[in-house]
Amino acid sequence: MKYSYYPGCTLKTKAKDLDAYARVSAKALGFELEEVEDWQCCGGVYPLGKDEIATKLSSVRTLAQARDKGQELVTLCSACYNVVKRVNEDIKNDENVRTKANNYMQLETPYNGETNVLHFLEVLRDRIGFDELKKKVVNPLTGKKIGAYYGCLLLRPGSTLKFDDPENPKIIEDFIRAIGAEPVIYPMRNECCGGYISLKEKEMAANMCVSIEDNAAGFGAEMLITACPLCMYNLNKNSQGKLPVVYFTELLAEALGVKEEVK
Amino acid sequence: MHANNQAEKIKEISGVNPYKCMKCGKCSASCPSYNEMDIKPHQFVSYVINDDVEALVESKSLWKCLSCFACVERCPRNVEPGKLVDAARQLVVRQRGMDYLQADEIPELLDSELPQQLLVSAFRKYKR
Repeated sequence: MKYSYYPGCTLKTKAKDLDAYARVSAKALGFELEEVEDWQCCGGVYPLGKDEIATKLSSVRTLAQARDKGQELVTLCSACYNVVKRVNEDIKNDENVRTKANNYMQLETPYNGETNVLHFLEVLRDRIGFDELKKKVVNPLTGKKIGAYYGCLLLRPGSTLKFDDPENPKIIEDFIRAIGAEPVIYPMRNECCGGYISLKEKEMAANMCVSIEDNAAGFGAEMLITACPLCMYNLNKNSQGKLPVVYFTELLAEALGVKEEVK
Repeated sequence: MHANNQAEKIKEISGVNPYKCMKCGKCSASCPSYNEMDIKPHQFVSYVINDDVEALVESKSLWKCLSCFACVERCPRNVEPGKLVDAARQLVVRQRGMDYLQADEIPELLDSELPQQLLVSAFRKYKR
């Protein structure tokens, strides 16, 4: 099975690991991530203004390329997922955005929201299946107590993303079980890490991250996993070394026995 | 611009109808930035209803909102205060010379781990 793949800016720079471990894991699981040609940065945050058009076009270009190949579009970064999927829903449901975007882009075939956007975790859950994943695990992470850190961007707004229950998600916990470890459920797993605020309001972000890590540690987590480079940065920067934070793909690659393939 | 027109502009950019608010306060209860805000999310809605946009565009809250969508997710009336906050922020940064973040500031804010995602997100929120 082949998917169009949108890595996004940070997976080519500061979050190369998130990307590299996903690619070797995909291969081990029997699917291929075919990188979209000439993709452009999604902008990091979804443009909320109803009158925003230009800021959505980079997502539309990627979505249209996946449509032309007849492939589903996979993202790994939570922010890319949030932006690209919400823009896709705008194209489907907001005639103003659809018309103006298409008038501007002048594609050979107008884009009307045909592409299905998936997060890599959704591929594991809905295309591979966690039971199948479990069968392919050669190095189960037995005994590891892991807290899933969802943050905001994978879950909200739930009505658009339909990724999981935004107040009581379980996809990452199911992933943790599939790789043989033990999920630790703690209440702040869907609270915000501070996001972009950490550039100018470092103390605010620090307070939020300390609360999240204290909460996770208090419930028994020994480490946190995330899909978002910005969550990773904020948590690591403010953790005071309490809990290690790693990308979920790193543990996936480890469980599948392909971690060493990443140099 | 007349204050009334600015309130209309906020409604237009956000696509939100603030009159649907029933003042349950779930938005403020959910907000992780609540303690940092001089105008709380539920108050923000009232300010728009009352056309008091001058106070909103000068509010610190514009720069404390994380766009985490907790208030958007939990609003039982689809008023979604986070969208109003973002629209007010847009009113400010779309004016010439009103960017909240300048490129010149970046070098001293950088560290070796800081992801590109943070820079592009901040520029999109704080600058036009």
